[in-house]
Amino acid sequence: MNVQMLLAGFGGQGILFMGKVAAATAMIDGKHVSWLPSYGPEMRGGTANCSVCIDEREIGCPIVLAPNLFVAFNRPSFEKFISAVQPDGTVFVDSSLVDLPCPREDVHFCTIPATVMAQQNGLNGLANMLMLGYLTKVSGFTSIQTLFQAVNDTVPSSKVQMLKKNLKAVALGYEFTG
Amino acid sequence: MGKKFLMKGNEALAEAAIRAGCRHFFGYPITPQTEVAAYMAKQMPKIGGTYLQAESEVAAINMVLGAAAAGARAMTSSSSPGISLKTEGISYIIGSDLPCVIVNVMRGGPGLGGIQPSQSDYWQATRALGHGDGHALVLAPSSIQEIVDLMGKAFDLAEEYRMPAMILADGMLGQMMEPVEFSKGEYQEHQKPWALTGHKNKRPPNIVNSLYLNPSELEQTILDRFDRYRLIEEKETMAESFLMEGAEYGVTAYGIAARVAKTAVLAAREEGIKVGLIRPITLWPFPKTEFAAFQELCGVLCVELSMGQMVEDVRLAVNGRCPVEFVGHTGGVVPTPDEVLGAIRKMAGVS
Amino acid sequence: MSVVFEKTKGLTDKETHYCPGCTHGIIHRLVGESLEELGILGDSIGVAPVGCAVMAYDYFNCDMVEAPHGRAPAVATGIKRVHPSCIVFTYQGDGDLAAIGTAETVHAATRGENITIIFVNNAIYGMTGGQMAPTTLPGQVTQTTPYGRDTAIAGYPIRVCEMLSTLDGVAFAERVAVHDVPHIKKAKAAIKKAFQTQIAKKGFSIVEVLSTCPTNWGLTPVEALSWLKDQMIPYYPLGNFLDRTGEAGE
Repeated sequence: MNVQMLLAGFGGQGILFMGKVAAATAMIDGKHVSWLPSYGPEMRGGTANCSVCIDEREIGCPIVLAPNLFVAFNRPSFEKFISAVQPDGTVFVDSSLVDLPCPREDVHFCTIPATVMAQQNGLNGLANMLMLGYLTKVSGFTSIQTLFQAVNDTVPSSKVQMLKKNLKAVALGYEFTG
Repeated sequence: MGKKFLMKGNEALAEAAIRAGCRHFFGYPITPQTEVAAYMAKQMPKIGGTYLQAESEVAAINMVLGAAAAGARAMTSSSSPGISLKTEGISYIIGSDLPCVIVNVMRGGPGLGGIQPSQSDYWQATRALGHGDGHALVLAPSSIQEIVDLMGKAFDLAEEYRMPAMILADGMLGQMMEPVEFSKGEYQEHQKPWALTGHKNKRPPNIVNSLYLNPSELEQTILDRFDRYRLIEEKETMAESFLMEGAEYGVTAYGIAARVAKTAVLAAREEGIKVGLIRPITLWPFPKTEFAAFQELCGVLCVELSMGQMVEDVRLAVNGRCPVEFVGHTGGVVPTPDEVLGAIRKMAGVS
Repeated sequence: MSVVFEKTKGLTDKETHYCPGCTHGIIHRLVGESLEELGILGDSIGVAPVGCAVMAYDYFNCDMVEAPHGRAPAVATGIKRVHPSCIVFTYQGDGDLAAIGTAETVHAATRGENITIIFVNNAIYGMTGGQMAPTTLPGQVTQTTPYGRDTAIAGYPIRVCEMLSTLDGVAFAERVAVHDVPHIKKAKAAIKKAFQTQIAKKGFSIVEVLSTCPTNWGLTPVEALSWLKDQMIPYYPLGNFLDRTGEAGE
């Protein structure tokens, strides 16, 4: 599948890291991949977003303008990008942060209370990994084994104590059934 | 196949420079290239190299001048407003026949402009990197892997021809991550008998200088330099040809714009429009010979993140044989593949 | 017959272009002699400025580079970082060092860059024909202060040694003059001490040399020597401002 992934939320929610793990899965799967962050003042506490393209072919334009996988971690991002999602694309929303109905009928709408689930499971700050596990289950853009490996590859060795928690969050999201 | 790393363009270019033997980096923070300095600051002390944060862009380029004159593989990096400050030093480096590498991760201008990706320093890079008759080699990568591959080349060419080489990237290439592979890191530094090392009482003093008060003498140094430029124009141009076989229409773009253009060209091909793309990799020397292929086409479209700067070189290369159109955005706005596709359709007379 | 005087090997045989009566020649000789006597000529790399001494690369008998205006300390920094065992010095005038190159000077100093600066202060821009320098005295007439330097308009002169002495990176700062033989001897001692400071890796060293410009001051060479003594020294007191050479190095 040609993945056009757009991840959006506030700075500090781990949006860019989530994209990095998604990009790492593509390297393991032997696909072409690009990861492009928004940068600038919005990185310092404002909105942050990140484009990830995964393809069997070389990646042309690395900006995701029309995502087929869109993740929103806050209301402004949801409202800004929902209309850009490709018809038949899938929209993922952290329902603990965005309490809005989907205004479109031609997209798949998936919600998960990722932030609340993370808090309840002692995984504060790892809603991003929960979401990525869930997204992987729903979209099948990569396998859960690859995703675990990508988390292993991406969590810096200086934060090895975080690795287990990240893996747990991914697994929790993957098992979420709504 | 070596190991692949998922790296930001800015970090990859810093790592590639280190692997190409650069041990002296002088910089000053500016968005969107600051990761280069941060990476160098982290790595250089581990390998006995120098990372020095200068007091200004002006000081940084002059530290490069000093280090290059002393015979080292030296480098600095900046973004558009900072490059403007460096042009004084670059002119002296050109006039003193010193090799070095300068990176410009372009952002929108003029003035303080913005911090989003741009290609509006093409004229500066290819025409006016400081006062006086002179050039720098200008290499324009369009992927992170190509940034890595061109970095070693930039140092090699700079030393071979004793002139500065510029890697002309943009904010998007600097900030995005792609998988990269590094070559083994074998490099051959050129002999530098002219370098300042202290004469050890064994040879006459070496002098690195760009001042010639006698006009004929100054003219002769420039004529000699331009003889070298001609050689470079013959031997060192690089361009990528993409789907040009059987093409009736052409698209051209460099750097990140070429990525957008390629997506559009593929889409146009799927619609049956016979269109190909030429992507210059060296902007100076401009690959005129490669662009001769455009002269046989029905129309050419140039895509840039500027008001249209390279398009002038394309028109010169095409020499009036076919119409050359332009599509682009500036100020940090990036043209979309759909916009480019629309322009291709219009050029091909398809609605 | 015994040899009583020989020209220093620290200078080339090239004839200098300085005006008659200008004391740049003396200062060149003091630098050249110091390099020779310290046995460091073969390890020295000099940086020439823009200004009257722009062609110093032809006069010092060591490896030389000509720097952009004011940037000599930055160029010297680049060289020193590549060849830490070489002796790196700049030779700069007042416009180069204290106007267009103030940032480069101050930051090389505060970094404790282990280089030596020979700073020639003659209170005027010589090369361009006698305009106001950052060290031009209040009331001094120049081409661009035709009614005398009015501090209400053009501000005050900079006392470079005093300013740099406030910085922790500076190891040695001394102001000397070359208007008579006793002072020339003191100047030589200071220049030598500055290079010794660098050899001992103590950090940044600067010698400010008060110098004459008979041509642009509109005086005879002898009158110029008196003007230096009577007008400049009261504003720019001679002496050592900082000497950390006795402190533990590196």
